[in-house]
Amino acid sequence: MSSPVSNPAPGPASHPAPSRRADGRGPDRRRADGRPDRRRPAGPSRAKGISLHLLAVTLAVFILAPLLFGLIGGFKDNAQLAANPFGLPAPWHPENYTEVLGSASFWRQVGNSVLIALATTVLVVGLSAMAAFAFARFAFRGREVLFTIFTAGLMFPFAVAILPLFVLMRAFGLLDNPLGVILVQAAFGLPMTIIILRGFFAAVPREVEEAAVIDGCTPFGVFWRVLLPMARPALATVSVLAIVASWNNFFLPLAVFNDPDWWTIPLGVQQFQGQYSTDVARTLAYVVLAMVPALAFYAVAERHLISGLTAGATKG
Amino acid sequence: MTHPALTERPEKRTRAGAGPRPGLPRAADRRRRRLRGLATIALFLLPALVLYGLLVLAPIAIAAYTSLFRWNGLGGWPEDFIGFDNFTRLFASDVFHGDLRNGLIIVALSLGIQLPLALGLALLLNQRMRGRAVYRLLFFAPYVLSEVITGVLFSLILSPEAGLANQILRAVGLEELERAWLADPSTVLPALFLVMTWKYFGFYMILFLAGRQGIPRELGEAAAIDGATAWKQFRYVTLPLLGPTVRIAAFLSVIGTIQLFDLVWVLTGGGPDHASETMAVTMFQFGFKRTQIGYASAISVVMFILSMIFALAYLRFVMRRDTRGAVTTMGDHR
Repeated sequence: MSSPVSNPAPGPASHPAPSRRADGRGPDRRRADGRPDRRRPAGPSRAKGISLHLLAVTLAVFILAPLLFGLIGGFKDNAQLAANPFGLPAPWHPENYTEVLGSASFWRQVGNSVLIALATTVLVVGLSAMAAFAFARFAFRGREVLFTIFTAGLMFPFAVAILPLFVLMRAFGLLDNPLGVILVQAAFGLPMTIIILRGFFAAVPREVEEAAVIDGCTPFGVFWRVLLPMARPALATVSVLAIVASWNNFFLPLAVFNDPDWWTIPLGVQQFQGQYSTDVARTLAYVVLAMVPALAFYAVAERHLISGLTAGATKG
Repeated sequence: MTHPALTERPEKRTRAGAGPRPGLPRAADRRRRRLRGLATIALFLLPALVLYGLLVLAPIAIAAYTSLFRWNGLGGWPEDFIGFDNFTRLFASDVFHGDLRNGLIIVALSLGIQLPLALGLALLLNQRMRGRAVYRLLFFAPYVLSEVITGVLFSLILSPEAGLANQILRAVGLEELERAWLADPSTVLPALFLVMTWKYFGFYMILFLAGRQGIPRELGEAAAIDGATAWKQFRYVTLPLLGPTVRIAAFLSVIGTIQLFDLVWVLTGGGPDHASETMAVTMFQFGFKRTQIGYASAISVVMFILSMIFALAYLRFVMRRDTRGAVTTMGDHR
């Protein structure tokens, strides 16, 4: 309706932007495909396209420069870092990386982070799925009040609870115990996970579950054999959210773990910087290696992460 | 949306199908079924409820309790009751005033610079352009890095001598602008904000992109037919419809600032001379470094009250029209 050619308004040059917005996904692409005239930008919008690219490239440099500085800097020695900050290393020093990769403590931290992230995820997704099932498929007195109490947790700064949690964990004897981190992370992950999963369960047509009940399913059977398999995409999304949150958590492990044997990657990175504060190149190498798992996970799970964040952020 | 309990449904069906058969669902029967239904609900709900109550709700109560004592945290529970002394001491403290000031500055910078930047970028990336998917992937990537890793990386970049920032300034002949960015009280907050922007603007961009995609393009087209310029379309069509997303982004930004800790702790530790300190950092200093648990609990309580007041007021006055989620990417079938 508003392709630059057919636009009845003051002329295509004055507002070339509105029509060229064929989204990569969704219904818009089909529309754009149906109208080949949209695909050929007219003159003025090409200039606009270039300035748009310029802006995007500038921001891309802003994002990438620190990462590249770290990656390449890790291959230099400290003298090179000072004398030749921008160029490529000459000669290359892979020792910084290989020494980190050869150190037992680095792998120990990776293992701890993985263990804690997986355990947290299983716990929070399992408990949330059960609670979300109760919230979505049963009517009972106090349901909305309980649900509101859970959603209130979304506005609850974690930092508020850290000190009393430390006191509690000490009372339970859970300091320097991975459970002290896992249980708390799971508890704080409940609100978001329950909200997302309840929305999903509530959307499953009732006929599905009635059919299962008629076939002799108990409520638990409905949950386990019908709803959970159907909710696989939603479960994947909330799992990705839980893994990322656990992987990046620093405050809680900082309070709970005194023993280096239990340190997670963020604790290790901070400690490493303190220990090798003068050895910038080596710290850069450590930081870069510590980034790899998160970035690799992001590359794999990007879609789930983004859909979960946008769904979760907007439903509190 | 009130379904009867699961177990009741098939009976109801058969009853309806078989017509009114008096006497079949006797009162005792019904009660037993009801009980079984409640037990099922409890079974599904209790584990989450216990964990949540014990580790999310109880800590607030504990903080509120311990904030009334002078307590070094050693042994058992606190005994030296001092009423609200911790709070009066806190409200009189210059460090706490500094925390509030720093928080307000960061919020103002975020709302004034970071969110508009993210919004503009989302609108640009919403247009058809080469490499759009790559840009989106790239801009969001810092969000998945932990604040600690981001902080350590940037502490090396912003360090006075070999840091990348000063090296760049030297290379382009702006030596007089060189700073010890994180050690200078006048630059530490802007530097902190720069790092926050690096890490978080992609997240807000993604939120805005999702919200933008929820707006039917016909609206913009209709405005264009009516002669609206690109700016007017943005001002009178896109921005109002993005309102809910903008309000949520601002909400997340403020709540995030109230509890800002990791990044500050790693970059500056709150220094120099408290110039970049936040409430969470002050709380950690007193609670874990100086073992003044009662006083630190008072800070926790104030943080809690501030965020609750803000959240409730915001929900009541700013977001009251946004009854549902602003974007509907997935699972929003409520």
